[in-house]
Amino acid sequence: MAAKRRVVITGLGVATPIGIGMDSFWEGLLQQRCGIRRVEAFDPSGLPCQVAGELPPFQLGDFIPKSYRKSVKVMSRDITLAVVCAYHAVVDAGLNTKCIVERGEAPGPPSVDSTRFGANIGAGLVCADLNELAGALTTAADEQGRFDLRRWGAEGMNNLTPLWLLKFLPNMLACHVTIVHDAQAPSNTITCSEASSHLAIGEAFRTIARGDADVCICGGAESKINPMAMTRPALWGRLNTRDNEAPQRASRPFAADRSGMVPSEGGGLVILEALDHARTRKARIYAEVAGFGAGSNAVSWSSPDPKGRWLTLALQKALADAGSTTEQIDLIAAFGAATPEHDSAEITAWNGLLGSRLHQVSALTTRGALGHNGAGSGAIDFAATVMALYRNTIPPSLNTSNPDPASRFRFVQGDPQDAPVRQALSLGYALAGGQSAALLIKKFGE
Amino acid sequence: MERRVVITGMGWVTPLGHDLDSVWRRMLAGESGAGPTKLFDATAFPTSFSAQVKDFELADFLGDSAAAHDGASRNSRFALAACAMAWCDAALPACTALDPTRVGVYLGGGEGPLDFQPFAAAALAGCRNEQGETSPLNTVRWAETALQRLTAVNELEQDPNMAGSHIAVHFNAQGPNINTLTACAASTQAIGEAMRLIRYGDAEVMIAGGTHSMIHPLGVTGFNRLTALSTRNDTCLTASRPFDRSRDGFVLGEGSGILILEEVEHARRRGARALAEVVGFGSTADAFRITDIHEEGRGAIAAMKAALDSAGMTPAQIGYVSAHGTGTEENDKIETLAIRRVFGDFAKSVPISSVKSMIGHLIAAAGAVELITCVLAIRDGVVPPTINYNLPDPNCDLDYVPNQARRQPVRAALSNSFGFGGQNDTLVVRAVL
Repeated sequence: MAAKRRVVITGLGVATPIGIGMDSFWEGLLQQRCGIRRVEAFDPSGLPCQVAGELPPFQLGDFIPKSYRKSVKVMSRDITLAVVCAYHAVVDAGLNTKCIVERGEAPGPPSVDSTRFGANIGAGLVCADLNELAGALTTAADEQGRFDLRRWGAEGMNNLTPLWLLKFLPNMLACHVTIVHDAQAPSNTITCSEASSHLAIGEAFRTIARGDADVCICGGAESKINPMAMTRPALWGRLNTRDNEAPQRASRPFAADRSGMVPSEGGGLVILEALDHARTRKARIYAEVAGFGAGSNAVSWSSPDPKGRWLTLALQKALADAGSTTEQIDLIAAFGAATPEHDSAEITAWNGLLGSRLHQVSALTTRGALGHNGAGSGAIDFAATVMALYRNTIPPSLNTSNPDPASRFRFVQGDPQDAPVRQALSLGYALAGGQSAALLIKKFGE
Repeated sequence: MERRVVITGMGWVTPLGHDLDSVWRRMLAGESGAGPTKLFDATAFPTSFSAQVKDFELADFLGDSAAAHDGASRNSRFALAACAMAWCDAALPACTALDPTRVGVYLGGGEGPLDFQPFAAAALAGCRNEQGETSPLNTVRWAETALQRLTAVNELEQDPNMAGSHIAVHFNAQGPNINTLTACAASTQAIGEAMRLIRYGDAEVMIAGGTHSMIHPLGVTGFNRLTALSTRNDTCLTASRPFDRSRDGFVLGEGSGILILEEVEHARRRGARALAEVVGFGSTADAFRITDIHEEGRGAIAAMKAALDSAGMTPAQIGYVSAHGTGTEENDKIETLAIRRVFGDFAKSVPISSVKSMIGHLIAAAGAVELITCVLAIRDGVVPPTINYNLPDPNCDLDYVPNQARRQPVRAALSNSFGFGGQNDTLVVRAVL
């Protein structure tokens, strides 16, 4: 077997409620901005949870070539988010892809070989646009006002645009991104809820390491800001329904009084690259991906394993994969769903892995500032972790000042803290179902 | 030395039945699993038929343990059943030395069906004002009905990762658990990626395959609006006509295919029988258009080449091609073109067939079920037919094994799956040397 190739991170692109693009997001984290407020995208007053993390406004035309503008009408919000993240990621990496060249932002031809450029993108259960679908369904009501499948089949469905289905297939995030940037190498769409981003980045890491691609764009994106996505977790009792009047403190990961997750929208796509490829083109190297591990909750398909074993396993595998020990870890990025049972399981897992060392390790969670968007949250966490390691700066973690008594995390309060970071661990896991994944990131040394 | 990956067990739930060998016999006999759609009232839909799974009870496969999965979606149930079959086929129940942290799951699992009646009721309630007139959606009125009628478990089960989660619990699989949803290419991709995980050393055993049912009102609506489905409602048994000049779209099927992939030494140590070796995998993106396949089959060609290259094999060594062969005008023409380009002089002589002619298109689950037919073709030395093939199409001029199964030795087979939006995946399996 050929020696594994080293894989480095050369670009970060994010879209978050506190900032679009890495500079704006990072500044927001350092300044303790909170992205949670009352929902404006629709009237949320009938829903149990009425607060969420919405993105600042943006123009999609700023992120695609002019020739692609006609495709915007077949993009759901989730696809849009992925397209925005992709643009930021390739620009940050200094990759002049087809999109950048066609936008006239760099001379042609594109600087990346499209047959060696892959994509692994995490996506969620893309929700239908309720305005569009409900409006169409209404045309199939019978005289009593009840929905009639025969009227729907015979005529009603014609009120949906012919390409309707293509807006909601999860792989369309990757399809649009690979078309816009011309990435023809191995391509995959991971749909494991909150674990998706970590699994996608891990798979891209393996793809490059074994030589099937030189560059991969990977991560995830999702929007929970629509009535269906804000209803689903409410039915499970996992949403925070008590803090509609205090959105800024609604998402309280690992807090003694945490009371559920807060929905959000956003995503992150990052550029992973073979070290030799990055060196040849003299790219800026943020850090090295050194380990990946994944596991599964085999105890319950609907609730977290209280012992957190499936999380510990993923973390241990990532450490072993990198050949690292817990002594080398200086920073951990915890997920922090902010539901009572998930955070308890996660606390148990990290306590079990790091024991008393947790007191010496800096910790970070972005959930307090961002809430939780599903498939894209992990990549945002990953990007924040990479930047903290690159800059040796640990941003504060909002709403973590009143910790669960079992929690031993050393979150930063107030001003960011300067601390050298050699290696960092980032964890993601699906809140429903049992997928878990962890990534180990190393400071890049020659 | 690179770790090698063999298939040690297989199971499926298909429109032709739920038993490995009886379904295979029906395929070799050229039977069709199509019929009028009964899962919902589709009588007024442009397409009122499909290839449904019939007489399916999870308890027949899991016994009393089925109760632990109450509320599981049709997708999850199919997957659990197919996995139970594969697990037994691999003689894993008798294996006492299995390390559960080294057993993983990689599925191409589809999204669970929308809970349609409550969803439609909420939509209609939300689009009616106080006077009872139709109005633009009011989310407050929508929420009132939605919160009352939708249920937690039916909503949860729509997440595509749920089938894999059920499997992890029932089979105590604590290793990597991943779901891909690259549309119609998903389970081919899942098997390829699972093979990679074992080769790398992330697991010793992977439960790999797919599961999907889109035979529900919005599934059929979506495909009918795309005009992707056959509308031969009066002759549904002969509606699925891959590569035939009169083809008019695919026939929607449902089901699951699961394979047990295992590191070859792990299989040998426990005395397991290896059915075939997974030797090649290629995954590419067309990066062309959302709505069309690349005209020259760029991505499909690259995927087949990558799969052959990674297997270290040449087209001359492939004895059977399981085509994506959906029966749409565009797919069958371009797939033929792509096979011709990759196989060159051998394109005319390699037997190619599409079992979608018999079981329909299982969408995310299609590739796994089709790979199982490749393994059975190798095992039995017989190639399944493409049924309903009568009118040759000048654009499709290869050997599609028309209407009759064919006895001939198959040492290695190549299986294609292509997804909407230009996702291409190809696997190569071969007899164990």
